[in-house]
Amino acid sequence: MIQEPFAQGKSIFHRMDPRVKILVAGGFSVILAVSTKPPVLLMGVLFAFLLIILAQLGIRQVFYRLLVINTFVAFLWVFLPFTFPGTPLFTIDGLSISKQGITTCLEITVKSNAIVLVSMALLSTSTVFGLVHGLHHLKVPNKLVHLFFFSFRYIHVIHTEYHKITNAMKARGFEPGTSLHTYKTYAYLLGTLFIKSSERSKRVYQAMICRGFDGTFWVFQHFSFRKRDLLALVFMGTYVLFLALMQWGARY
Amino acid sequence: MIKLKNISFEYPNGRKVFKNLSLHVRKGDRIGIIGPNGSGKTTLLHLIVGLIKPAGGDITILGKSRESEKDYREVRKRVGLLFQDPEDQLFCPTVAEDVAFGPLNLRKPKDEVRRVVEQTLNELGLEGFENRVTYNLSGGEKKLVSLATIFAMDPEVLLLDEPTTGLDEMATQIIEDILLQKAHTYVIVSHQREVLEKITHDIYKMDKGTLRKL
Repeated sequence: MIQEPFAQGKSIFHRMDPRVKILVAGGFSVILAVSTKPPVLLMGVLFAFLLIILAQLGIRQVFYRLLVINTFVAFLWVFLPFTFPGTPLFTIDGLSISKQGITTCLEITVKSNAIVLVSMALLSTSTVFGLVHGLHHLKVPNKLVHLFFFSFRYIHVIHTEYHKITNAMKARGFEPGTSLHTYKTYAYLLGTLFIKSSERSKRVYQAMICRGFDGTFWVFQHFSFRKRDLLALVFMGTYVLFLALMQWGARY
Repeated sequence: MIKLKNISFEYPNGRKVFKNLSLHVRKGDRIGIIGPNGSGKTTLLHLIVGLIKPAGGDITILGKSRESEKDYREVRKRVGLLFQDPEDQLFCPTVAEDVAFGPLNLRKPKDEVRRVVEQTLNELGLEGFENRVTYNLSGGEKKLVSLATIFAMDPEVLLLDEPTTGLDEMATQIIEDILLQKAHTYVIVSHQREVLEKITHDIYKMDKGTLRKL
């Protein structure tokens, strides 16, 4: 199974009802993604830092995940300042860097990092199963919940098959290099991977319907909505609501 | 309980697997089917629970003729199929959740499911496995948990696809004992003749697309 390193822990978020976490993370992400006002962004980042500290996650892994996101963001920094129309800030070799381009880049960087941090603190502190149960109880349409669960489930299947095949390759002395043999081998690997995964997913589904599966996931180990979950919802909900008010509400 | 009459079936590539195959399973029957790899043993079990449909012939299960997908939905709730590869069967993170999956699909109330899970695990000697993670189990344990997921649905007939293949002597012994003591009607497909001789009454050989009693 895919490792869920963040899902194991003892912080307050690990013990929280996944429904609360999904609601807060969802609300926060939407507001921050569409927000344009610097104070809102600032408060958003503050919120994100607060949560990630409370979640007590391994700092190295958190940085590693941020690095992945910021690799994409880095590409924006390379292109956007040159191509975004607006008042030129300064010019290098005939290429002008626009002020609006820089601001947009900055906005995107802040937004994406804050949203990823909040998702890490709230969502990855639940197991995928917990989230699926949570979505189900939030009355998210069954089709979407299944799509989410099966994507996860089959990514795991493909991942396992990939390891099996590469191990078998290594066991027979395969070392990747810059040769036609390597490319051909990788092509075979991908082809086999696709066929095997599709076959296996078919069998997993068959095994499920043999046990009476008809499209509904019934929850066995149930979470319960406790007093402290209500408190958490009120606290975090108020903060998110406050962000929304700052963005759209009356002038203060 | 299961009556197959003149079944014919061929793979999409045109290779004929069954030709006029017939099989009758009565209550209390313990039937073994032996045959070489690729002779269609697994295919036969999949036909019985309607995962694939025959090209010709009649299938009667639990007193009713079965044709449509809807017919088979009922069959699957009362006939338990153990897959050859436990990796195909286990998909929940914990053992308890996987064992509960079937009973929950049968719309059993929560308390009862909890009881069934506990009881089934005890019966199969899997006490304390409730919160074990399914993908960290050994091969023998995976097979036993798969069996538990089927037992938990209390099926009237068991269809077992190579239940002991690839297991060591001890695990094989455990499965043999469980089947002899806890199961009543079953069809086992295997190429291990010595196992079939121990735990089945009648053995059939899959031969040229049909079944021959040994």
